[in-house]
Amino acid sequence: MRKSIKFGLGAALALSLGASAALAENIKIAFIDPLSGPFASTGSNGLSQYEFAAETLVNEKGGVLGGQKFEIVAFDNKISPKESLIQLQVAIDQGIRYVVQGNSSGVAHALTEAIEKHNKRNPDNRVLYLNYSAVDPALTNENCNFWHFRFDANADIKMDALTDVIAQNDAIKKVYIIGQDYSFGKAVASAAVSMLGEKRPDIEIVGNELHPIGKVKDFTPYARKIVSSGADAVITGNWGSDMLGLGKSVLENGFTGPIYTYYAAADGITAAFGETGKGSLRLVSEGPLNPIASDRAADYVTAFKAKYPDGNVSQARITNLIEMLAKAIDQAGTATDVVAVGKALEGMEIDSLWGGKILMRPQDHQAIQNVHVFAHTDEGVQFDYDNSGYGMVVENSVEMASADSETTCKMKRP
Amino acid sequence: MDLILVNLIDGLVTGLLLFMLSAGLTLIFSMMGVLNFAHASFYMLGAYFAYQVSLFLGFWMGLLVAPVIVGILGAGVERYGLRRVHQYGHVPELIFTFGLALLIEEVVQFIWGKDQMPYAVPEILQFTAFSIAGNSIPAYKIFMIFISVAIFITLLYVLTRTRVGMIIQAALSYPRTVEALGHNVPLVFMGVFGVGTALAGVAGVIAGPVLATFPGMAVVLGSIVFVTIVIGGLGSLWGALVASLLIGWITTFAKSYNVRMEDILTGLGVQKPVDMSESLIRDLWTITSPQIADILPYLLMVLILVFRPYGLFGKRDA
Amino acid sequence: MTTQSLTRPPLVTLSGALPWVIATLFLLAMPQIFTSNSALTIMNQMAITIVFALAYNMLLGQGGMLSFGHAVYMGMGGFMCVHVMNYVEDYSLPIPLPVLPVFGGLFGMGVALIVGSFSTRKAGTVFAMISLGVGELIAACSVIVVAFFGGEEGVSGDRTYGLPVFGTEFLHQIEIYYLTVFWLVLSALLMYLFSRTPIGRMANAVRDNPERAEFLGYSARWVRFYSFVASGFFAGIAGGLFAINYEILTEENLNLATSGSILLVTFLGGVGFFFGPIIGAIVFTLLQTVLSLQTEIWQLYLGILFLATVMYFPGGLAGVLMMHALPIRLGKAGLLVVPYLRTLLPAALCILGLAGALEILFHIRHAALGDSEMTLFWVTFDSHAPLPLIAAIVAVAVGFWLARRSAPELAEAWHKANTPDGGAA
Repeated sequence: MRKSIKFGLGAALALSLGASAALAENIKIAFIDPLSGPFASTGSNGLSQYEFAAETLVNEKGGVLGGQKFEIVAFDNKISPKESLIQLQVAIDQGIRYVVQGNSSGVAHALTEAIEKHNKRNPDNRVLYLNYSAVDPALTNENCNFWHFRFDANADIKMDALTDVIAQNDAIKKVYIIGQDYSFGKAVASAAVSMLGEKRPDIEIVGNELHPIGKVKDFTPYARKIVSSGADAVITGNWGSDMLGLGKSVLENGFTGPIYTYYAAADGITAAFGETGKGSLRLVSEGPLNPIASDRAADYVTAFKAKYPDGNVSQARITNLIEMLAKAIDQAGTATDVVAVGKALEGMEIDSLWGGKILMRPQDHQAIQNVHVFAHTDEGVQFDYDNSGYGMVVENSVEMASADSETTCKMKRP
Repeated sequence: MDLILVNLIDGLVTGLLLFMLSAGLTLIFSMMGVLNFAHASFYMLGAYFAYQVSLFLGFWMGLLVAPVIVGILGAGVERYGLRRVHQYGHVPELIFTFGLALLIEEVVQFIWGKDQMPYAVPEILQFTAFSIAGNSIPAYKIFMIFISVAIFITLLYVLTRTRVGMIIQAALSYPRTVEALGHNVPLVFMGVFGVGTALAGVAGVIAGPVLATFPGMAVVLGSIVFVTIVIGGLGSLWGALVASLLIGWITTFAKSYNVRMEDILTGLGVQKPVDMSESLIRDLWTITSPQIADILPYLLMVLILVFRPYGLFGKRDA
Repeated sequence: MTTQSLTRPPLVTLSGALPWVIATLFLLAMPQIFTSNSALTIMNQMAITIVFALAYNMLLGQGGMLSFGHAVYMGMGGFMCVHVMNYVEDYSLPIPLPVLPVFGGLFGMGVALIVGSFSTRKAGTVFAMISLGVGELIAACSVIVVAFFGGEEGVSGDRTYGLPVFGTEFLHQIEIYYLTVFWLVLSALLMYLFSRTPIGRMANAVRDNPERAEFLGYSARWVRFYSFVASGFFAGIAGGLFAINYEILTEENLNLATSGSILLVTFLGGVGFFFGPIIGAIVFTLLQTVLSLQTEIWQLYLGILFLATVMYFPGGLAGVLMMHALPIRLGKAGLLVVPYLRTLLPAALCILGLAGALEILFHIRHAALGDSEMTLFWVTFDSHAPLPLIAAIVAVAVGFWLARRSAPELAEAWHKANTPDGGAA
């Protein structure tokens, strides 16, 4: 791995060299996500997916603009907003015009604001921020800006799909909502309350609470409350160790109903749940692996697993992002004028590798795509996660989810 | 009512686990007069060693072997590290243990990586012991209670009823005199440090499968252990026990019952402001007990230090 | 470090002022040498860390108080500054950006006043534990009290809010750099002068022997309190600079990890000398930014370096440098050059060998499957082959043996260099 991470060495190391001009052949894309610390596994798996996608989907097909290649340059932000801003500065100094980031909406808020300021202050080296995983709805609503594009479905869209599924299930009468105490957790909770109230007013919300993020050692007390409340289903936006801790604890302490989650898959979580999670865990996400959409997608996953046996193709949006960016650069006819590339991305529609279409909605730069609800199981799994034999199988699908949803975004275009 | 009983059991498990850590720490403190910041790191090492051993020899051998290795390592740290730094004074000693904690975390990451280890409860204990109103109590929790109580009784017996225990107790209070009587006091200190860290190792072995074995596990538990022994009174074994259980139950109950600040304040007759969106204290109104459960011990510690600096059971100043 | 005579030296002497003038000129010239924006970012970061570390050393070095929660005062100051920034922007008040750190300082001081009123009653472990508790409490509050701390996202502002000051709009890093340098020099100077005041001197006395200080008629508690509050003020200034530089503050500005790293910085630099924390901050920031680009296990090296410092050089880097003051004064520093070379070169070989071995082992253990190629010291090789590891181990052994062999010679030279002529050598 060390080899593959060609950290943004130049500028910071040779302090005196000054900003190197962006005349290089390659179009560099800065990957700013955690590569050390507790979320390192998520970050480095994402990096592998980017490198593989850039190589397979763009470079091997001759690149963009008649031969220019994509190059992913990794920057470790240690999942800290401050560190992300430092790394962003280093990236900009290297002449990088495209930044991708996904882990933590907190970092995303810091980055989108910093990039907006930077682009305002330095009109001659503006950058685009391609967000592939931070799903706080605010980023495409009140805090939206022209430079930010989101390729994942936001928390509201996912909740819309999830509540559609819950609404069809008459066995669910009581729901318990639990999440991490920060913007994303709160967004999930409020979306769940309002959408359930709309679609199934008879469902009783027996619990709605937040716990500190990343600090809970033992989820048993929460699990006790959930079991005692008589809930039929649990909804949570937890991720990372909080997802694993909560899920295991709830299941071990006697809960048997469905647990609807945003992030209970891959990065070791699928392996850790194993048999315990079968029949309970559900996941709302895009990009199905089981069943796989096409032979092309199957070949892609197989080739990825051959190169990264320990990795997972867990974020379908990464390939969508790379393909859309490549197309936008070709359409704009330039990789250096990010305003033109941004305008090309607005309203772009492509066929996703994973089936269906992706539309980059111009009003708020939110990608509209098919959203699925998956079940954690070992039956009918062609492509598993964590080499565990368990994987995610589609149970329900929503085509072009929330395509006409409202947005409060008032986009100012340059 | 049923939930209270379940919570009592859960809190007891948390408390006893905390006690296994704080018992060793408080012993070490009474001996050297210094808080061992790296104590929770030995707990982490216990879990990792046990996981590694369990891959080859199974869980039970891990339970036996890992604490011994941790204890030997601990003794080594005392002999070759702390003893050297001791001459510079207390503050460098504290800083040394602080640095050691950082280093151990890095070494663990170096060897085992940053991911969580698949260290699991042994098959034989993977069943539900009994359930109370739908809440199941896993057998492993009963096992944890059993182990910790056994350790506490053994420790108490050794310290108060055996010759070795007498020498240790004497060495804690009058090291010079004990030395003059022909006992090797540095050896006693090294031994106590080793045993203290081995206890932390045991805690790691049995907590690893339930609280997850990952490089951050020491930090997560680290400061709470100090809080425990400060609240209980530095150097007091009974104090450590009482404080551990207290913290275990406080945090468990605070998380299990949604006590809302709004209810408390209106109960006290405070009028809730109509428009809260601009009010600076709006967050005060929305606080619930689960939100603050984990910081209650810190609050308790600060209050205790301000009003009773020697803790609940302590005899001397921290 | 002027003379230690009993009569009070004049506040400003030429030899006393000279280092300050040189340092200021040096700081002003830096951007001419390192022009890239990221270099400026790193230097800004360094300057902020220096102010913070100096403030921290007012407690640890001068007052003997070990704090595990000092990030709180810097963080609180920073948060306040961002709020002031936003408030001034909303209401168009005539407060120019350059004075903003004052608000941070005052707020940091305010928090220190409250906390210090009960935490400074005792020194030692009680103080350390209260600082830890308060630190954890406030860090936890940052997620709960969203109105002030902004929750997990933190609060952010825009430093270009106001009217241009002397034609400067603070759009560019370079302008921020000069602003930061101005505050760095000013606060370093003030902190230095504070250490020369009677209260600063008494802080040393209270650190070394509180009872004797009490007999002299000083209340140890109040002396600690004053140092604590002053330290809070300067930590708040550092926070204000942080706010201007990054325009965002989050929970991580308050938490235990930040508090711990400033302890590391200060101790690494050396607590016994005023300029110790400055060295520490520079070295630490360089390690953090440059070494972390080179290797994934930089924190392991940092941990080893820190522990070695605590065990073998409790005076820190500044202590090591100042050990040479006597030989230089005696004009015998030349005696040390050859023995140093003969010991330190093999020692460097040993350390590099060790680092190489660690990197190889790390690569074997954690590289992606099938990826056995690695580059180290500009050489690319197969990490799974035995030869590189053997080479590294041999380097360690040879370096260690050579260093060990010439160590007595160095000790002897050291002894000689520290003995005045005519003494019993």
